[in-house]
Amino acid sequence: MSHHAALAEQDIMAYLQAHEDKSFLRFITCGSVDDGKSTLIGRLLYDSKLIFEDQLSALESDSKKLGTQGEKIDFALLVDGLAAEREQGITIDVAYRFFSTDKRKFIVADTPGHEQYTRNMATGASTADIAIILIDARKGILTQTRRHSFIVSLLGIKNVIVAINKMDLVDYAQDVFEKIEAEYREFAKQLTFESILCIPMSALEGDNITEKSHLTDWYQGPALLPYLETVDVSSNLSDKPFRMPVQWVNRPNLDFRGFSGTIAGGAIRPGDDIVVLPSAIRSSVSRIVTYGGDLEEAGPDQAVTLTLADEVDISRGDIICAGQAPAEQTDQFAAHLLWMHEDALLPGRQYLLKTANRTVPATVTELKHKINVNTLVKQSGKTLELNEIGVCNLSTTQPIAFDNYNDNRKTGSFILIDRQSNNTIGAGMIDFSLRRAQNVHWQHLEIDKAARARQKHQKPCMLWFTGLSGSGKSTVANLVEKRLHDIGRHTYSLDGDNIRHGLNKDLGFTDADRVENIRRVGETAKLMVDAGMVVLVSFISPFASERRLARSLVEKNEFLEVYISTPLEVCEQRDVKGLYAKARRGEIKNFTGIDSEYEAPENAEIELDTSVMTAAEAAEEIVKHLEASGYLEG
Amino acid sequence: MSSIDDLIARAERLAENKKLSITTISRKLLNDGKGLSRLKAGGQCTLKTLETALAKLAEIEAAPQADRPFSASTAPASPKPNAGPSPQLSHLKRLETESIHIMREVVSEAEKPVMLYSVGKDSAVMLHLAMKAFYPSKPPFPVMHVDTTWKFREMIAFRDEWINKLGLDLIVHVNEEGVRQEVGPFTHGSQIHTDMMKTQALKQALDKHQFDVAFGGARRDEEKSRAKERIFSFRSSQHRWDPKNQRPELWDIYNTNIHKGESIRVFPLSNWTELDIWQYIYKESIPIVPLYFAKERPVVERDGTMIMVDDDRLPLKPGEKPEMRKVRFRTLGCYPLTGAVDSSAETLPEIIQEMLLTKSSERQGRMIDHDQSASMEKKKQEGYF
Repeated sequence: MSHHAALAEQDIMAYLQAHEDKSFLRFITCGSVDDGKSTLIGRLLYDSKLIFEDQLSALESDSKKLGTQGEKIDFALLVDGLAAEREQGITIDVAYRFFSTDKRKFIVADTPGHEQYTRNMATGASTADIAIILIDARKGILTQTRRHSFIVSLLGIKNVIVAINKMDLVDYAQDVFEKIEAEYREFAKQLTFESILCIPMSALEGDNITEKSHLTDWYQGPALLPYLETVDVSSNLSDKPFRMPVQWVNRPNLDFRGFSGTIAGGAIRPGDDIVVLPSAIRSSVSRIVTYGGDLEEAGPDQAVTLTLADEVDISRGDIICAGQAPAEQTDQFAAHLLWMHEDALLPGRQYLLKTANRTVPATVTELKHKINVNTLVKQSGKTLELNEIGVCNLSTTQPIAFDNYNDNRKTGSFILIDRQSNNTIGAGMIDFSLRRAQNVHWQHLEIDKAARARQKHQKPCMLWFTGLSGSGKSTVANLVEKRLHDIGRHTYSLDGDNIRHGLNKDLGFTDADRVENIRRVGETAKLMVDAGMVVLVSFISPFASERRLARSLVEKNEFLEVYISTPLEVCEQRDVKGLYAKARRGEIKNFTGIDSEYEAPENAEIELDTSVMTAAEAAEEIVKHLEASGYLEG
Repeated sequence: MSSIDDLIARAERLAENKKLSITTISRKLLNDGKGLSRLKAGGQCTLKTLETALAKLAEIEAAPQADRPFSASTAPASPKPNAGPSPQLSHLKRLETESIHIMREVVSEAEKPVMLYSVGKDSAVMLHLAMKAFYPSKPPFPVMHVDTTWKFREMIAFRDEWINKLGLDLIVHVNEEGVRQEVGPFTHGSQIHTDMMKTQALKQALDKHQFDVAFGGARRDEEKSRAKERIFSFRSSQHRWDPKNQRPELWDIYNTNIHKGESIRVFPLSNWTELDIWQYIYKESIPIVPLYFAKERPVVERDGTMIMVDDDRLPLKPGEKPEMRKVRFRTLGCYPLTGAVDSSAETLPEIIQEMLLTKSSERQGRMIDHDQSASMEKKKQEGYF
């Protein structure tokens, strides 16, 4: 019953032969419901006759019942699961559809086009070779056309088809089409497309879909499907230098050591020189191993296992590169970042950055600007909200190997993962290394931390007091410092008073500022530990991730989290500075415990509740703990 | 010696010399991977077929070099080894490499993965891809079959033989509580049976072995609700699927981070269609359960569905009498819940031909979907795949 039916019926062997070597194309359709996107996809599925009879009869009866096309078949009903989803409150999402012709298999990413679904469109575009951008001929280029074009361009799609649809409603007028085409080409100059094909179309009537329509005989180009069947997108990756991110080390026995991965660019043959990043070890390929036998050559998208001429230490996360053209390496770089989560980006907070094969801790050090997806205008901003796009500087704890995203989508892309929820919260496209990684060298110092600590006869450490406002952090820290001073220890206290009035006086109390506040405090305390001091830090520090960041700055035994767990009611009752009263009256915003969250520590080294003991007793407990753990020896 | 014996003997010699599998040669000679073994077992063929097969055999025997049909994935078909890279990978190759990439990611990042194996055609393809993904190593995870105790006997025989041949670890899990309560589709109805013996059994097995990632053979084209399913699908510690809380998947970077107790279902065949599966089975000569091929089988017709009488547990209603009909199965599950279709398709090409010319979609033969509307969605939320 498919259009392959004739051949399949007469000569199944010939059919199988012909269909074994079909090629493959992934594309995304961008447009809103009103542009006829669902009708177009439904039409492609229908015309390639991949709809079974039971589905077709359901479609015919649905069309009469629910359709908007009178007695005619409403193709949109074939793909419109989305409206129903919206009613059910399920995430509106990317749906993948499949169809094939005699020449190609197609995967269509079908995404909703409204601004609040930028995330979904980017997801669909990230794996697409081509984009179809729908424009309603009656309306011309709209804000959403610009947005769709910008997103697919940002995600690295080089070939776009502009489907100027609903030509039946403008009497197939050539001038309407040409005016829109000219305007679009002018607009697209600021994007990075390599080819643009504009097609006058009526998805509803089937004009210029599978074949040229006689109603647009003034149009010289191809119909949609013949173009999709023949457009060549393969050269994009094969001309690039060789890259293979190592996914898995293949070691069935002691005699075989191979490196498995999918080739992300370029081609490779036995004998080719390679260099492994980040170690920069050089070798050459000895075999390209696959289940079906060794290969003479392998190219982009092939999943292979390489063995090398030398025994070199390579692990998952490394990238095997062409010897003459290795990828770059950096721990600081600029990137376009799309934010994908309801919790906004917090510059300074540590996230996990995952590339093709490697996960490293990373922070956004600076948001340079945001980009308005509708106007492409740069805007300043402190954070990125869901569906916002910005240009950022990022810093990773270890160097990563990469290519510019425009050169290679596979080695130039990354996602950001929230360390606590494990959600995927951002998607990034690397622009360039900031080069500081190569330029800044640590000054080698003769006098080190150990030498300074020895001179002071103490073990340096950071005592991190966290708890609600009014819980007694500063009071207890003050008493502890006094005791330590009395027994001849070198100490220093960092708290809101001496930090907020100086170093951090540019920061307020938004989430983003709180994160930056704690980052700076942590870095300052780290320098003091390095100087050999016992540092007492008293900050509310409400977020677990920032406390974790502070902990990660110093060595394992140098960080002691002291959780002053005095309950909120007690703190509010004390209200030493009158802040709770103000917060309750709404005069202070973002007050921890009232309208801003406090994430209680789960694994604090010390936990004390000053509602059941005096501050002096609490201080005594802490000093005892320090003694017992050996911090006061020497 | 008859010509058929001659054909078989020569074909076996050829297999030995050229290091080809007998099914591959069978496919070349008879357009059917199982043709030779059927002839060897006493099967017959027309003189014309035999003539063609002998002619092809002579041709292959004379060829100077083994031309391995599924070796060297992109090595060009021409005998010159260095003829340059093929311009584009075929669609099956692209699907294959995507699946392999996914499997390697899981093995690199999961603590304790497992591959769920249903013995069906999709599982057969998934397992074949796993053999490829880790070659020359064996797939570094066990294969697990959740046995409802109502599967076709041929499925179980095939399962044991094939997994053993591949040299993989097989875990068979049965819900013993269900067995004790004698749960079955006739006594308890298909819904309770499936829930107890499949859904609950799967959860039990995953909990028992503490698997954090389970591969499944589901495809997006199977059903409307699966079109938006992720390749990596996250489950709570109670194995629940939360449609509102799935992660975006960009490029081929998969976020596999989970909290303790949570798990991931991974579907490496997400982008394959039913036709792709059949074409690939044919191209790669992947063995599948004989139930997919048409044969005379004892069936009874019940509510418009043909049920095969696979063992004496099928209670016959008054007036019902099993009759022999030439049928095959488009999907496989518990035999009382799986409808057969009339068919004469005895070879893979014939199956594909039948599929291309058929009028109804694949899941029609599955009674579990008919039971309730939107039932897949619901079952998925409850932890069924």
